[in-house]
Amino acid sequence: MGAMAILRLALVFSIFTSLSLTRSSPSPSPQLQIVNAERRIDLNSHIVKVFLTLKVENIGESPASEVLLAFSPTEADHLALVKAAAVASKKKKKSYLPLDVKPINLVDGPNGTKYYLVYLLKPLVKGEAISLEVLYLLTHSLEPFPVEISQSESQLVYYRDSAKILSPYPIKQQATFLKAPTSRVESFTRVEPTDRANTELRYGPYEEQRPYSYSPVIVHFENNNAFAVVEELVREIEISHWGSVQVTEHYKLVHAGARHKGVFSRVEYQSRPSHSGVSSFKHLLAELPPRVHSVYYRDNIGNISSSRLRTNRKKQSELLIEPRYPLFGGWKSTFVIGYGVPLEDFLFEAADGTRYLNYSFGCPLGQTVVDKLTVKVVLPEGSKNPSAVVPFPVEQRFEKKYSYLDVVGRTVVVLEKENVVPEHNSPFQVYYQFSPIYMLAEPLMLTSVFFLFFMACVTYLQVDLSISKIKQT
Amino acid sequence: MVAKMEKATDLLSSPQSLFSLKSLKLKTKQQELLIRISILCLVYILAFITRLFSVLRYESMIHEFDPYFNYRTTLYLTQKGFYEFWNWFDSESWYPLGRIIGGTLYPGLMVTAAFIYWILRFLRFAVHIREVCVLTAPFFASNTTLVAYFFGKELWDSGAGLVAAALIAICPGYISRSVAGSYDNEAVAIFALLLTFYLFVKAVKGGSLAWSLASAFGYFYMVSAWGGYIFIINLIPLYVLVLLVTGRYSMRLYVAYNCMYILGMLLAMQIRFVGFQHVQSGEHMAAMGVFFLMQVFYFLDWVKHLLNDQKLFQAFLRITLTCAISVGAVALGVGTASGYISPWTGRFYSLLDPTYAKDHIPIIASVSEHQPTAWSSFMFDFHILLILFPAGLYFCFKRLSDATIFIVMYGLTSMYFAGVMVRLILVATPAVCLISAIAVSATIKNFSQLVRTKTKPTQGGSGKGTTSAKTSSKGALDQSLPYQKNGAIALLVGAFYLLTRYAIHCTWVTSEAYSSPSIVLAARGAHGNRVIFDDYREAYFWLRQNTPSDAKVMSWWDYGYQITAMGNRTVIVDNNTWNNTHIATVGRAMSSYEDEAYEIMRSLDVDYVLVVFGGVTGYSSDDINKFLWMVRIGGGVFPVIKEPDYLVNGEYRVDKGAAPKMLNCLMYKLSYYRFGELTTEYGKPPGYDRARGVEIGNKDIKLEYLEEAYTTSNWIVRIYKVKPPKNRW
Repeated sequence: MGAMAILRLALVFSIFTSLSLTRSSPSPSPQLQIVNAERRIDLNSHIVKVFLTLKVENIGESPASEVLLAFSPTEADHLALVKAAAVASKKKKKSYLPLDVKPINLVDGPNGTKYYLVYLLKPLVKGEAISLEVLYLLTHSLEPFPVEISQSESQLVYYRDSAKILSPYPIKQQATFLKAPTSRVESFTRVEPTDRANTELRYGPYEEQRPYSYSPVIVHFENNNAFAVVEELVREIEISHWGSVQVTEHYKLVHAGARHKGVFSRVEYQSRPSHSGVSSFKHLLAELPPRVHSVYYRDNIGNISSSRLRTNRKKQSELLIEPRYPLFGGWKSTFVIGYGVPLEDFLFEAADGTRYLNYSFGCPLGQTVVDKLTVKVVLPEGSKNPSAVVPFPVEQRFEKKYSYLDVVGRTVVVLEKENVVPEHNSPFQVYYQFSPIYMLAEPLMLTSVFFLFFMACVTYLQVDLSISKIKQT
Repeated sequence: MVAKMEKATDLLSSPQSLFSLKSLKLKTKQQELLIRISILCLVYILAFITRLFSVLRYESMIHEFDPYFNYRTTLYLTQKGFYEFWNWFDSESWYPLGRIIGGTLYPGLMVTAAFIYWILRFLRFAVHIREVCVLTAPFFASNTTLVAYFFGKELWDSGAGLVAAALIAICPGYISRSVAGSYDNEAVAIFALLLTFYLFVKAVKGGSLAWSLASAFGYFYMVSAWGGYIFIINLIPLYVLVLLVTGRYSMRLYVAYNCMYILGMLLAMQIRFVGFQHVQSGEHMAAMGVFFLMQVFYFLDWVKHLLNDQKLFQAFLRITLTCAISVGAVALGVGTASGYISPWTGRFYSLLDPTYAKDHIPIIASVSEHQPTAWSSFMFDFHILLILFPAGLYFCFKRLSDATIFIVMYGLTSMYFAGVMVRLILVATPAVCLISAIAVSATIKNFSQLVRTKTKPTQGGSGKGTTSAKTSSKGALDQSLPYQKNGAIALLVGAFYLLTRYAIHCTWVTSEAYSSPSIVLAARGAHGNRVIFDDYREAYFWLRQNTPSDAKVMSWWDYGYQITAMGNRTVIVDNNTWNNTHIATVGRAMSSYEDEAYEIMRSLDVDYVLVVFGGVTGYSSDDINKFLWMVRIGGGVFPVIKEPDYLVNGEYRVDKGAAPKMLNCLMYKLSYYRFGELTTEYGKPPGYDRARGVEIGNKDIKLEYLEEAYTTSNWIVRIYKVKPPKNRW
């Protein structure tokens, strides 16, 4: 028994290693080098935005078609999105060509470095250089310190990173700029040359750095922006071919900043808004589609009256939602937003007769991180062959849902993704086949039920069911 | 209807219709049926939609206090199933005692709502249980109109039935307890009450076992739904007794009462909360006594039949009666003395003696709906029915039958109870509506007949235009006739005017007074716009989201149900006021100094204290205004709390002249903590209490053992956290 298990383990292990070996075939080619690198880190909100400009040059013999980006393991865990673009400058006009970026599993990275692979449009031959613009977003990377603050204090956070850019390639020249939201920077690690000007910190320029250079830094600064994190968001998009798409969104919102400690004083919150509860937030703005109708905002004990809707027929409608109470650090709130949008804005028919829904994927709230997003697309009863097309990797499965007067149930396409940021608000499509005859099923069912009911009434009135006739007098 | 009838008679009078007189007659009958059914349908719908004002004005939500408990239990029932519900021990209320929910509630309402919910779910209507709960009351109100129709038909005629249905559909006395969202026991209980009475009257009228069985089931439903079933189990024996005394005893009565009583009693015993009370409690003894009396009566009747000798029978009667009465009295005495038969409860006493509660049970007297009724609220809830009621009684006495005797007794007793307690107006409403309907129907019928009989002699005439001329010429012959006719028309117009006023009044009352959920407060802003104070839900939701899930919240008992239902947190006391000592402990904590209160709160494991405060918004039913009841209830159990300590010369005040104990007790401190820094009204000093219109007396409040945890945006609910004890070293 034990031997068998060991054997099986060994087998599994060997398969696993061979798999990972085969996957790691495009090993970092040493022929590339980075001539110039500039990194700008935006620490304004709780989503850390990093803009990386790389000038990559091929110094080897063979042409290179991929460029590797390296991330430390903690960074890789908090990485929400990586985008890359090639800069093509023609006649003084810069244009950006988006490139494919995919995570890749390489075993030989030092200290568990994680890699992303950028696929170039055309291979880089010897001596050629290309400019790359990389944007990546980190969530949950600002650690509040002190962990608990009282109402009158403002929120300070740590940001940890490396002064030097982590890269598998040698970097000739590089610099890193950090932008803090306010000029209040409590402390920062110095890796000379380091400079601070008001809200901006500069690390570098550093010259001639070897691959995998790393020098950790900590920046401690004030950040009072809303740390709005949606722990769980379930978006249910229900398609009705009778003319509307109904969207219901269940939120579990939390203030993920420094936890509130001790007293909450309403007097101070009311009378000194600039000094009291500066890190708390009162409202959030949701961007809803144009021509949105029948909007509601409620939670499981009823309607929340504090919301304002500005509808717009052309552009986005704006819904300003105010939770029942201001959210201080660690406070939670759950609520539901629901609305309907006209069907013709989002449902289209493909050339081959299949229908597809084209809807935005992410969370409509601005500046929020969604830890776990579930998008459920409820297709009408009787639809067939559903499939979803999403521009980034998501988990997919199917469910059944029974709604009003359903007999066979509706197919639900469930898409799940973790760590979602507003940049994920790109459209996705769900394709399915549907015959309009199914639309008549429910009305027909209702009419037949009423018809049967009246028939039963008529029969009951006409038929004499009494056993013995009572004599008429 | 009257107009249609006239039309029918017109048709009859026209020469063409003479050919097919027979078929036309049938048609009139069918027409009448059609009209009757459509009127009933309209009334049914009207009764439903007039109760939806609250949904339109506010939202589809559960109202007030008790409905929240009912909603919570219904939710539990639908989620966990009936057996779990029946055996539910709720540790979230009455901490640390807990409450056996299954054994201490009337499950009728919850089971009904859950049943409706399951049926709808089965039919694939994806409704939420909250919607079902919100609409249960209007739905049953609609059903009540149907019962009222049949009852009216049974009492008088179908016309009276229709009027009764229409009157009860919009009667404010009933609407006050059955608007959408008022998910309380009374919502289904009034339906059950009227149904039971109707079925019983029907059973007495026909002596039918089937009807009396049905009424037993109606009674069972009533017992399962509301504690007010006591009214039925006492009124019916009283009615039977009256029939016996007035010599209206019959075999029909014997069958109806015995069947109904025995079966109803056995069925009622299945409700755990009621249990064996039917044979063990003083309130139910009247029914049992009458039951035995019926047997004696029957027996005597049989003996009388056998003996055929008046003198012998008289002697026998004397002996038997003395024996029966003495045996009954001895049984009652022994039962009471041995404790087998429990004495009457305080609530029952307070019905018979309105001043009883005030002296003995402050917890009952503290509830506003238990106060004696003011005349204005009679007028408010009944409007013209109050005038029509005596008229209806007159008609009932004019045509005395078993059924009318019943309605007269129901009307008179329930009117008495309505006078004793505001909330019992509800019980009186169906009776008042029925009796008034008899008055309206009989009056209108008489008058319209008068009007029509005058036109009859003129039917040989040519057209309608000359009719009045002819009658006036006839009037010359008979002096009284023209006045009679004109008077009848005038009175008819008057009656219609009154009924219109009634409808207008009812709609106005419903929309303005009875549709407020009391959780959400609405007020008019400075510019006439509608301002909503949603502070209760703000606070409860804050509790639900931001406190540990096992936190214990202490508040006055009014808010207990709401905190458990909306805040999902454990409470010390709630609106099921079953343990007076526990409530008194909370009352004592609220009226003690902070350090003494801290000891009490520590002993109860309290984590949060919640108070309701209206000083900023001018909301008058807050805890400071209820405070004297806390003192009274607390003082009733703990004599250290004395009411005079909180009063100055018998006056209750919160300003500088207030009693020192008042200014430093926990409730005062929690309500006014840091209130002195706030300017509430322009031109008034800071710390001006808008609910009481005074500047508060203690502006410098320091809290030692508690800290402010949350205060809602309009300060209506304030939550304090009880600090952990200090380190001893």
